Amino acid sequence: MSNSPAPFEPKIVAFCCYYCAYAAADLAGSMRLQYPANVRLIEMPCTGKTDVRVLLEAFENGADGVYVAGCLEGDCHFLKGNIRAKKRVQYAKKLLDEIGIGGERLEMFNLSGSMGPRFAEIAQEFTEKIRKLGPNPLKKTGTFPGEMPEERVAHDK
Amino acid sequence: MSWKAGSKLEKLLSQGHFVVTGEVGPPKHASPDGILRHAELLKDYVDAINLTDNQTAIVRMSSIAAGVHVLRAGCEPIIQMTVRDRNRIALQSDLLGAYSLGIRNVLCLSGDHQSFGNHPTAKNVHDVDSIQLIRIVKDLRDEKRFACGEEIKEHEPRFFIGAAANPFADPFEFRVLRLEKKINAGADFIQTQCIFDMERFERFMAMVRERGLHKKAYILAGVTPLKSARAARYMQQSVAGMIVPEEIINRMEKAKDPKAEGVAICVEQIKHLRTIEGVAGVHIMAIMWEDIIPTIVKEAGLYPRPQAE
Amino acid sequence: MIVAEAKPLEEIADLLGEVRKILVVGCGGCVTVCLAGGEKEVGIIAAALRMMYKKNGKELETLEVTLTRQCDPEYVEMLEKYITDDVDCILSLACGVGVQFLAERYNKWVVPALNTKFAGGTIEHGVWEERCGLCGECILHKTGGICPIIRCSKSILNGPCGGSQNGRCEVNKDIPCAWQLIYDRLKALNKLELLLEIQPPKDWSKARDGGPRKVVREDVRIE
Repeated sequence: MSNSPAPFEPKIVAFCCYYCAYAAADLAGSMRLQYPANVRLIEMPCTGKTDVRVLLEAFENGADGVYVAGCLEGDCHFLKGNIRAKKRVQYAKKLLDEIGIGGERLEMFNLSGSMGPRFAEIAQEFTEKIRKLGPNPLKKTGTFPGEMPEERVAHDK
Repeated sequence: MSWKAGSKLEKLLSQGHFVVTGEVGPPKHASPDGILRHAELLKDYVDAINLTDNQTAIVRMSSIAAGVHVLRAGCEPIIQMTVRDRNRIALQSDLLGAYSLGIRNVLCLSGDHQSFGNHPTAKNVHDVDSIQLIRIVKDLRDEKRFACGEEIKEHEPRFFIGAAANPFADPFEFRVLRLEKKINAGADFIQTQCIFDMERFERFMAMVRERGLHKKAYILAGVTPLKSARAARYMQQSVAGMIVPEEIINRMEKAKDPKAEGVAICVEQIKHLRTIEGVAGVHIMAIMWEDIIPTIVKEAGLYPRPQAE
Repeated sequence: MIVAEAKPLEEIADLLGEVRKILVVGCGGCVTVCLAGGEKEVGIIAAALRMMYKKNGKELETLEVTLTRQCDPEYVEMLEKYITDDVDCILSLACGVGVQFLAERYNKWVVPALNTKFAGGTIEHGVWEERCGLCGECILHKTGGICPIIRCSKSILNGPCGGSQNGRCEVNKDIPCAWQLIYDRLKALNKLELLLEIQPPKDWSKARDGGPRKVVREDVRIE
């Protein structure tokens, strides 16, 4: 066993709605529930802010898995943000399939702010799933800058 | 008497005979044998035979070529012509050609959409529509002019012009007005979609008579013998512009011998249609079952067929 | 507007082939409105392509530029500073017009990222539908503002054909019969007599097939 390589520790980015998942993460913390350190949280005002390009760029910049966590369906603070997020996540999954990264590395979850244990459970389960899938396929073929590359977008209108 | 076209169909209709026409679908190959066999079989039982033009947008022998085979077998053809596959140049060219080969009757149609056929990726033409084609054929004959207005100096094609009417399509109240448009455009005879809903057809004919259309063109009522309850159900559910009443399907379902029942229904329909004022004949569409036509004609009391004077 | 739709990523990658640096050019006109080729879609396609290439062991550099319109030379001109020797290809997210304007102006290989679909409008957010057949001679005054050229599957001018049933086209039950719509509308407007007039064959020479059509307005020409 001593010769085997270090186990694969996936990098996971979780886009979390301020009104639910982000609060649930806080609650999980104060309840001292353990969840994997692999998950990096990004706070969003609402999952309705989900941008397909940002999801893709998370993978481009080295994430092995990404998930969007929003309110329970019907409970969105902005009424339909989470429903719209779900559709965009679906679309991004399709693009990830076409790209060859695999749509299964991206998921959407729904929970409420009082579901601290569920938050920890999602983090745990998703990390396990990605661990089984292995590293982001881009890692096998290229080197990662580890940071955003220089400006690619020309702004000069 | 001077004839518009002088076809047997025109003569019989103008002499007041109750006309019977049949229909043959040209083959999906290049042999005339099947058409010749059907023409031979139907020759004494129908006054003219329609040759469909790539029906349901499936590639088949051209209706004009098939019409020539029918003619050679001693039978009178009615060639169908759709505007789906040819523009006004090709349509007129084919009309000249068909006339030169002895064809005298043409039925002007818009044609089934190509998406139904075996070449759904084809580009359709629809340069003109069926009513405009009727007017083109009429102008070739009566005005001696091509569609562009140019004069035909000699040997203009003189066709007896047919059009289709579908009393079962929508909007119902506009169907008679559209028929009138076709007659005004130049249609001499009309063949209807196959009739199962007799009540609706009667209402249609009442409107036709109200506008005096039956005096301006000969209306041949379309009938189709059903082979099975399944076929009836298919027509009811999957063929656009077709109404098949539940009652007819029930009769077919209950029948011990569905084919015989289909013939019986068809014969009843023909006998009934004969009693409707303004119906000048019947058009029997028994595609893939052409052999049954003689039986139907005999049982309907329409045999022997009259001779044109 | 001109409504367009992105080609599948794989097809775009195929069309691009062996390239190292590409300009991904969006258009701020119609295709921005129909969410096919604006700044946002440029970002998504560029990111997706970079990853696709990377996955195949190749580096792809993308530079994203979104012009106000690709169908106007004054905006197309603004692309010039990005057209450097190391740019292998321009990927245009405009309609077919924009793609051609870029190709005419720059000596670079231009690849279309979109399929240009039709002239239409927004039915609801995310749904667009064709309305105009660009036939060159409008007849909407005769048909109650409903175009039979493009909305009737057979472009019939004296409709409806025998395939119209329950307001639906014979081709597909999802297609409303344009002539039923025309009938209903003219009836409501008390103008059914318009339908009794036989419409003559259309003059298609105004529509297409005579080379590109051109509109010239002498009064507004500068030179």
